[in-house]
Amino acid sequence: MMRFSTLIKNPADWMRGSGPHSEIVMTSRVRLARNLRDYPFPGFSQEQQRVDLLANVRSVVEALPEMKDGFSDEYVNLSKIRKQVLVERHLISREHAARSTGCGVVVDRKQSISIMINEEDHFRIQGIRAGLNLRSAFALVDQVDTELEQELAYAFSSRFGYLTACPTNLGTGMRASVMLHLPALVLTDQISQVVKAVGKIGLAVRGLYGEGTEALGNLFQISNQHTLGEKESEIIAQIEKVIEGVVRSENMARAKLKEDSPTHLRDQIGRAYAILRHAHILSSKEALNLLSLLRLGADLDIVPDCDRGLLDMLLLEIQPAHLQLQAEKELTPDERDIMRAEITRLRLQSIAPPVNVSHSESPPPTGGSFQETNDE
Amino acid sequence: MKCDVCTNEATVFLTQIINGQMTTVNLCETCSKAKGVTDEMGFGLAEAFLGAGNTTNVPRNDVLTCPSCGFTSAQLKKIGRMGCPDCYDTFQEGLDQLLSSMHKGTRHLGKIPTRAIADSRRNASMEELKHALQSAIDEERYEEAARIKIEMQALQTPAPQAESQGA
Repeated sequence: MMRFSTLIKNPADWMRGSGPHSEIVMTSRVRLARNLRDYPFPGFSQEQQRVDLLANVRSVVEALPEMKDGFSDEYVNLSKIRKQVLVERHLISREHAARSTGCGVVVDRKQSISIMINEEDHFRIQGIRAGLNLRSAFALVDQVDTELEQELAYAFSSRFGYLTACPTNLGTGMRASVMLHLPALVLTDQISQVVKAVGKIGLAVRGLYGEGTEALGNLFQISNQHTLGEKESEIIAQIEKVIEGVVRSENMARAKLKEDSPTHLRDQIGRAYAILRHAHILSSKEALNLLSLLRLGADLDIVPDCDRGLLDMLLLEIQPAHLQLQAEKELTPDERDIMRAEITRLRLQSIAPPVNVSHSESPPPTGGSFQETNDE
Repeated sequence: MKCDVCTNEATVFLTQIINGQMTTVNLCETCSKAKGVTDEMGFGLAEAFLGAGNTTNVPRNDVLTCPSCGFTSAQLKKIGRMGCPDCYDTFQEGLDQLLSSMHKGTRHLGKIPTRAIADSRRNASMEELKHALQSAIDEERYEEAARIKIEMQALQTPAPQAESQGA
């Protein structure tokens, strides 16, 4: 199997690829909750039962064709920082990272599929794709699930579907979620309306790292709450329809910003660029919010030829655990802020400054130095 | 589901267990307030499950225990999660009400694992389907009842092939 360092060295498949609406939709993820018939749920089992379950199923999961040359380990062997890195990559949940004995994870080499063992349920199978691509993410986990089911005796009732520790996941056991970058809806103060409207139709809106987290960097996750009484395809179709609507709103808000307040917009993006290129201390919150503006600038061609893959990778690299992994030691928050600024300056070197626009009466000179622009 | 007091749509579902006898009350928002159930936000999953805040404590000897894992109704009430897959049988009463408050429906319509089907469906599900059919008729969910009948017929035909992965 793959070493941890090899897994993390490479960007995930979804970071490199692009998908439908990938200027606004970062990722589409689908996770299935599955349990075995003959074991109590992890939350109500003895430690020995969880250890036994992990020992019994780990080789089955590793043997899946999708997991060939993938990464697999038990949590007792993984440091706190390494587990946190997996959380930052969205490969495991925060709740799972907090556990240890009897828990483990298997990740495919492209970092598209991860299977958590002994999370709240015995298995959490997750698939992740770039852009708005829930169907494809579902196809990934559906296939893995079908293969696993041939080897393992699932807890299933024809009436309630897949039996899960929490009744809120009962039935399909499926949570489909989409990560969206919505800076223009935030800048134009429309985001709360959108969040309210989405909530009304039974979907949940959360921040970057799921339940109870802040919407940093203008990143929002939208996911289904109902799992019983509908087919997987119906749930996915509903979310995709809602997301299409949110994407339209964001695009309209972007067009409006460009039309109504172009100078203000350029100012915000220019300042974001300047700070990111020259700051020596960057908090996580500040960095995420400024990178959001830079990304908006790239999307609107205000920052020309900006490599979005580089921005996505940077977004991960500057997360606390990624920084500490690179430093190979624990860092205080202050030390992290300094290192974050350093990496950001370095990575953004290759990105050209935003297009300069002059608002003087006379047209800007084409060839000369821009300092002369203000001369009357 | 209708409110037990007036005819409005019920949004508050109370379940009481007194001396092992369970009674359920469905109320609309107005009536729940009129009846003194004012703390709408206070009805967490656990409370909603086996008894609301204003009901008496379940006497100790009447605590329901899952024969498979030893999980009790008191624990369920406290943490809002099940102990093992069999708990869904043990704590079946009141489950439909809870599920209808958190989901689109109370019956699974999604993917069916072929192996679980082969293992258990023919044995157990006829009983389940009969039960579901009865409650569907009782609650006037006729479309669902019709669907269940078709499922029952399919089950009766000899040697049913395992269903393909429906998604």
